Amino acid sequence: MLSNEQLERYSRHIILKEVGAKGQKKLLNAKVLIIGAGGLGAPAAMYLAAAGVGTIGIADADEVDLSNLQRQIIHSTQDVGKAKVQSAKETMEAINPDVKVITYRTFVDSESIMDLIKDYDFIIDGTDNFPAKFLINDACVMAKKPFSHAGIIRFKGQLMTYVPGEGPCYRCVFKNPPPKDAVPTCKQAGVIGAMGGVIGSLQAMEAVKYILGVGDLLTGYLLTYDALKMEFRKIKLPEHTEDCAVCGDHPTITELIDYEQTECEEI
Amino acid sequence: MKITVAGKVKEYEDGLNITQLIEKENVETPEYVTVSVNDEFVERVDFEKALKDGDEVEFLYFMGGGR
Repeated sequence: MLSNEQLERYSRHIILKEVGAKGQKKLLNAKVLIIGAGGLGAPAAMYLAAAGVGTIGIADADEVDLSNLQRQIIHSTQDVGKAKVQSAKETMEAINPDVKVITYRTFVDSESIMDLIKDYDFIIDGTDNFPAKFLINDACVMAKKPFSHAGIIRFKGQLMTYVPGEGPCYRCVFKNPPPKDAVPTCKQAGVIGAMGGVIGSLQAMEAVKYILGVGDLLTGYLLTYDALKMEFRKIKLPEHTEDCAVCGDHPTITELIDYEQTECEEI
Repeated sequence: MKITVAGKVKEYEDGLNITQLIEKENVETPEYVTVSVNDEFVERVDFEKALKDGDEVEFLYFMGGGR
């Protein structure tokens, strides 16, 4: 049963035919894990908390740095030096005390990730490096967990959604991480602050739709956004996934891989 | 021939292959781009095969940032 306060708080959800009281209860019972409390994770965490996603895990080993605040809107000036997960938790709980926020002050690796994701219904990849992105993909494929992948750099962003058995995974498309420093991921490349807001919010939207079971997810599609051209493109991805090294019919990757981390810390 | 590159129809000379298209389109980090033609991934070893009139080509780029 929703309380009177919840009926009021979620009234703009409940009035939607796609949500209703039933959908709101689904959200309240759902568990979403956000890996990375930064440019993407910040808006995703805030919208999911506001939406009343009942349990939200957030994983990040870093502390808040002054250079984060241009885009990581979950953290404030007074949080500089604080653990990002703690700062994020405080903001999320201030937005919505209905939400149970579980913090993991760690970088994910092959040792920790399976245990981390196992209790969650949906995972949001808000990391900034290819080793982590491939690790999250492979772990989610192996554990049969849906997840939202995204990347942002400069004035561009993109995302795709993986649901087990319903289309290509990240590795189907990108095969292997590029060599270290071959593709810019790092702080020298820069990113426009609102890009995290656009793409991270879209990741939250995918999580909400998945939980509610409504609409079409970005499974089998890569959505790209070019802010300078103000152009969104929903690119159909090949359906052929049989040969994929991790999600294909005869996977060659059966254990998680810790690729070499790039040196950069923040974009 | 007409080929569609990233959603835009373009006129290119017959016999153009993917390697040449990557050059003409100034694709960023060409060594690491994923290419699909008509909704099929194209392996790097097949980048020298000629494209055909009406082909739809997409370039999919690594994008690593996020935190």
